[in-house]
Amino acid sequence: MGEKVLMKGNEAIAEAAIQAGCRHYFGYPITPQTEIAAYMAKRMPKIGGLFLQAESEIAAINMVYGCSSAGMRVMTSSSSPGISLKSEGLSYLAGADLPAVIVNAQRGGPGLGGIQPSQSDYFQATRGGGHGDYHMLVLAPASVQEMAELTVKAFDLADRYRMTCMILADGTTGQMMEPVSFDFVPGEPVAKPWATTGTKMERKHNIVNSLYLLPDVLEQKNIERYEKYEKIKETETMAEEFMVEDADIVIVAFGIAARVSKNAVIAARKNGIKAGLIRPITLWPYPEKIVAKAAEHAKQFISVELSMGQMIEDVKLAVDGKAPVSLCFRAGGMIPMPEQVYDAIAEADKKLKGGN
Amino acid sequence: MVVFEKPHALTDAPLHYCPGCTHGIIHRLVAEAIDELGIEGKTIGIAPVGCAVMAYDYFACDMIEAAHGRAPAVATGAKRANPDNIVFSYQGDGDLASIGTAETVHAAARNENITVIFVNNAIYGMTGGQMAPTSLPGQVTQTSPYGRDPKVCGYPVKVCEMLAQLDGPEYLERVAVNSVANVRAAKKAIRKAFQNQIDGKGFSLVEVISACPTNWGKTPQEALKWIDEAMIPYYPLGVYKDRSKEAAQ
Amino acid sequence: MTREYLFAGFGGQGLLFSGKVLAYKALIEGKHVSWIPSYGPEMRGGTANCSVIVSDDPIGAPLISHPDVLVAMNLPSLDKYESEVKPGGMILVDSTLIERKVERTDVDVYYIPASRLAGEMGAPTLANMVLAGKLLQVVSEYDEENVGKALAKCISARHADLLDLNFKAMDTGKTFE
Repeated sequence: MGEKVLMKGNEAIAEAAIQAGCRHYFGYPITPQTEIAAYMAKRMPKIGGLFLQAESEIAAINMVYGCSSAGMRVMTSSSSPGISLKSEGLSYLAGADLPAVIVNAQRGGPGLGGIQPSQSDYFQATRGGGHGDYHMLVLAPASVQEMAELTVKAFDLADRYRMTCMILADGTTGQMMEPVSFDFVPGEPVAKPWATTGTKMERKHNIVNSLYLLPDVLEQKNIERYEKYEKIKETETMAEEFMVEDADIVIVAFGIAARVSKNAVIAARKNGIKAGLIRPITLWPYPEKIVAKAAEHAKQFISVELSMGQMIEDVKLAVDGKAPVSLCFRAGGMIPMPEQVYDAIAEADKKLKGGN
Repeated sequence: MVVFEKPHALTDAPLHYCPGCTHGIIHRLVAEAIDELGIEGKTIGIAPVGCAVMAYDYFACDMIEAAHGRAPAVATGAKRANPDNIVFSYQGDGDLASIGTAETVHAAARNENITVIFVNNAIYGMTGGQMAPTSLPGQVTQTSPYGRDPKVCGYPVKVCEMLAQLDGPEYLERVAVNSVANVRAAKKAIRKAFQNQIDGKGFSLVEVISACPTNWGKTPQEALKWIDEAMIPYYPLGVYKDRSKEAAQ
Repeated sequence: MTREYLFAGFGGQGLLFSGKVLAYKALIEGKHVSWIPSYGPEMRGGTANCSVIVSDDPIGAPLISHPDVLVAMNLPSLDKYESEVKPGGMILVDSTLIERKVERTDVDVYYIPASRLAGEMGAPTLANMVLAGKLLQVVSEYDEENVGKALAKCISARHADLLDLNFKAMDTGKTFE
């Protein structure tokens, strides 16, 4: 490992993006992700890159669209209300098969909501956000080190699959400082023969486009895209499993909620409760097989979320009725503490033992 | 002996525009300018949403289809990615002056080194003739069936006049394509708008007053006449900003 | 071993910074650390706090509900967090700014007139660092070399002239009895 530096999660994302070869950033200020823009504004001009503050989130995502069309590694970042504005662009990026990295440091909603951490954009992120049949790759870091590593991975995945890749962080992981090292190696650059960089009068013109007026042609495009999604599900799904093998009670949580839940699982184990934790790292594709495997022995699942319960739907789909799934949550910018999650585990344990 | 050729910068795809529509003329003028300046191989065009949505099939250079109104932002991204490319957007009035006003104004304010071809025909053509931000007071459209009433719908947006208030833009000119003389003037303006970009001068927009006989409910001849009688009096032709020229004087 | 610190006071008092210095020193010493601020729309004058965890083991939740150590730089912070400190923990109070005494009897309490001491050394904005110096001394972790290294990491090159002053402020806190 190289030297570790103490850095905010948002700054780690920005630095990792630069190390991944991103030289173009377009954004619009919003709390709690502004450190990313500030970092880019400071660094980009010094390394021959571009930071441009757009007039709106909508303009920013469309600048990303144009820049990605030109074959560049490009990024934008925002927080929940800004991601809603960007959703039009997310759909167009998907429709034109353009790679791009989008960061969402989530805050409480709906509407203007608040500025405290949240995970209530799970549906928006994992179901696409904009209109139409499509998915984004969605990565959920839980530490500052992961903020950096997953950002580099996001660029690689985006290029490899010609997809948008969202880093679904939150106000906590963005604002917290932890040691981080940057001694990872970005993947090989991917050739982009489709990019609009000028024909040089040597080839037929390239067209970046999402319009298909003939329905059978559009249907075929969408089918091809979903075939690609199936391959991605097979190869790119990631999750961390912690004490799951013999667990009766399995917590499923991502990002900051998983950090909190881990403390509770450790405490439960100390008190003789067989608890475990599945932490999805990719939210799309969802680690459904890992959850399904746990459902072969677990007697209770608890989805821990900073929302009114969104990921719980994916847990239920994966568990497929083999065990009950309950929700432990705080919302609106509140964060569950380990004690709350522990209580949920203890209560479930009591019920299970009472039933024997 | 060949006396008249299709510009190289246009593909062989047949245009889908209605009879009497002047988009075809404007496409040709843009393509001629690209040919004459020898820039086809490094030009990137941004197509809008509206009647010209399929411009990406008609221009032989690399093309990007943008979301409605976002062409100046997309053009910004493309130009900033590869500053050696020549990037132009081709947009209608709904795209540029209604849903994309913010993108237009701010690209101009940044003096983004791009070329914007703004086709103003005072109507939404592709969706079947609704009121545009540039529809004239009293103009009958599908969504102003009793004539555009400024008390209800406000007044038309005069894009060149509005952008001329900004310090940013390099060059703003309004032209028309309803007569031979006007077409020749339009060609000159469009070529200049591309030349400005080559010279690194910055944001250059040419507003082209264009005819939509289908949605105006007129014959092609009547439509060209209506440009003279109604459109040009409201949207006077001329140069609204030419910063290099002003500086030279 | 894991120790959880809560720094609380007004925005502008530099608590986020002193928390960062503490975290950096622990990082230099090979510990696991996390630092997390509360954040809000007010840049100055609002309440501000940050939580720092230093541990020999990987850190789970970076959030703290019951700190081992509370550093309080205004009365509202002491009022709010006094009852949250773990029994056997400690509370450090800037006694220039907080007149009342700590009511808890199951914690170690240190009253340091940090704002006065900082003012006397000609650096009234460094009361936070006076407290940080005392804090490291009472937890028996004041290592001059590592404190110096941590300060160097936290103070940008643009403000390098402030490095000595910060060090002096921490030393003032360390030696205050």
